Amino acid sequence: MKSEIQLTFENCKRENRPALLTYTVASDPNKKRSIQIINSIAKYADIIELGFPHSTPVGDGGQIQTSSNRAIKNGFKMRDTFQIVKKFKKNFKNKPVILMGYYNMIYQYGESNFLKDCKKSGVSGIICVDLPWPENKDFAKKCKKKLINFIQLLAPTTTKDRMKKIIRDSHDMVYYISMLSTTGGKLKVAPRKILDNYKKIKRINSRKNLVIGFGITEKIIKSLKSADGLVVGSLLCKTITKSLKMRQNPVTNLVKVVYNLKNKIL
Amino acid sequence: MSLKIKKGIPLIDQHDKNGMWGGKFGGSFVPETLKKPIEDLTNLFSKLRNDKSFIKERDYHFENYVGTPTPLIKLDNLTDHLGGAQLWAKVVSENPGTAHKVYACIVHCLIAKRAGKRYVCTDTGAGMQGKNLAMVAKKFGLKAKIFMGLRDLVRQKKNVDVMKKYGAEVVPVTSGSQTLVDAVSESMRYWVANCQDVHMVIGSTVGPSIFVKISGYSTSQISRELKVQLIEEFGKIPNKLKLLNCVGGGSSAYGFWSEFIDYDKRHVNLIGVEAGGSKNSKLHAAPLSNNSKLGILHGAKAYCIQDKDGQIGETESLSSGLDYPSVSPLHCFLKDAGRAEYTSATDEEALNAYKLVSKLENISPSLEPSHAFATAISLAPKLSKDTILCIDSCGHSLKDSDIIKEKLGFYTE
Repeated sequence: MKSEIQLTFENCKRENRPALLTYTVASDPNKKRSIQIINSIAKYADIIELGFPHSTPVGDGGQIQTSSNRAIKNGFKMRDTFQIVKKFKKNFKNKPVILMGYYNMIYQYGESNFLKDCKKSGVSGIICVDLPWPENKDFAKKCKKKLINFIQLLAPTTTKDRMKKIIRDSHDMVYYISMLSTTGGKLKVAPRKILDNYKKIKRINSRKNLVIGFGITEKIIKSLKSADGLVVGSLLCKTITKSLKMRQNPVTNLVKVVYNLKNKIL
Repeated sequence: MSLKIKKGIPLIDQHDKNGMWGGKFGGSFVPETLKKPIEDLTNLFSKLRNDKSFIKERDYHFENYVGTPTPLIKLDNLTDHLGGAQLWAKVVSENPGTAHKVYACIVHCLIAKRAGKRYVCTDTGAGMQGKNLAMVAKKFGLKAKIFMGLRDLVRQKKNVDVMKKYGAEVVPVTSGSQTLVDAVSESMRYWVANCQDVHMVIGSTVGPSIFVKISGYSTSQISRELKVQLIEEFGKIPNKLKLLNCVGGGSSAYGFWSEFIDYDKRHVNLIGVEAGGSKNSKLHAAPLSNNSKLGILHGAKAYCIQDKDGQIGETESLSSGLDYPSVSPLHCFLKDAGRAEYTSATDEEALNAYKLVSKLENISPSLEPSHAFATAISLAPKLSKDTILCIDSCGHSLKDSDIIKEKLGFYTE
């Protein structure tokens, strides 16, 4: 049986466009609002990435740090993640949700317990920022057993030999980090160069759905539209922060941003 | 399951292929981007360790720049005052960087040079790491960037001034608790974004396993000297020897103990003293003595102060250098193998120890080693006269003069 993630990519391919993946943080700015946010942007987003916030996110830049701190300050607990996903999946049965976060949170929850709750709430995939290959081999296997995608990451520093090994152990989707940066950094590589690397990876295994993330903004998203999928995160977190500051409704502002992003890659 | 330490092999090398000590501490839990730079560093370090010219260069700088060996002195007045065990201090702070951090900074800068990197970055809590890296980087013609929590930047301003004097860029970190934990995170983030040009230095035996190893490899110089000095002084390693050291990340304690780990614990007793925080507060920075749970922080699995969900917990200590929620995997291993014991001293106990030691003796330990002195002072009267209590005085108090003045009303160097 094909996974929801695989079906989504196939669907996008039929429409001759990349999948749009949105990243927002669970319980940012609070639990209720974060559910409203994903419910509202799901109209334009193909895959929902939901971050479970960590107090010490070493791979994240300022925007996601701010969102994470806000969520934790507003009382985020790990179990909220699953409640949010469950509520969302009630409305959007076939829209995949990918959880993203740091390994200590999964470790404290217990790997098996975590996967059990992922399954129960309808999570389709997991990205764990600080559990690289080969350290993630066991956990990735456990995910596969539960028919949950463990999404491997590749970076500009990943050697070709290593890429081959990682891709061999990957599931339906692989995530390419566009540049040497934490999330939300200013794009310091030309989109053409990113796509060159993207093609090199696709040549290793063209069947894997390869998404590009880190530093993607409204300005440059169009230039990367030949990819299988594009992830936008920090821009959305920034929009929430800005909306709160201006005393505006973050939900409506986010919908606008995601709508614009989608339009640029159609 | 009880963990076993092997004899005849440095503890830093007793890890498995995943960089885990005792199968459960350490590792390299890092974002994919850092995998390659860490692999390169691991390969370079293992080559350099066996390279005679590298060791010669290291020893040259240890001798001519640090001025090894640092003195081992008997604290006669303190011993008489307490009436019990003999108190000795290894005054590691007697070096141009006034702290043990100088060793790893030299080794790291030598590695950076060999790797062809022109920039180095690091975290700092008390500012000792920042000051030493700034100083050593300047000597080797490298540009240094120092990440420091805003809270520490204020309370350890003296060291910040020195860093700037040496031409380092000091970056205030305003996220989280604005202390060491945030400084380490920010330095790692900077490395993620700049790993092609920058060599990252971590200020203690924490972080991904290669950083634990390089730090421990460097500070081991302390116990190599101590071993020779003890034999010179006593004709042998004394029968009842206790080595006391403060533990934040744990690099000075590991360096102070490494040559003695193979001895029986009844012969050479290793006591680590963590920061217990203020006596009126529930917060502390002592994960080992409070039996904190295993967690993953800054790339390593180790005992760590955290909540049930795995959010890293807030810490509190008057000493910025010990104010860290986790601890070296090496110390987790030593604790679980039963080789070292860990306890904690409060802010107040450390201040009182500082007061007594600096009044009676010609040394002036900073607030970090004052924690070890506090434990030594409480132990000494209960012990026999042939017991040797040796304390690593790993930092000088000048950086703490403002805090000490505020708390005690006076400060004399």
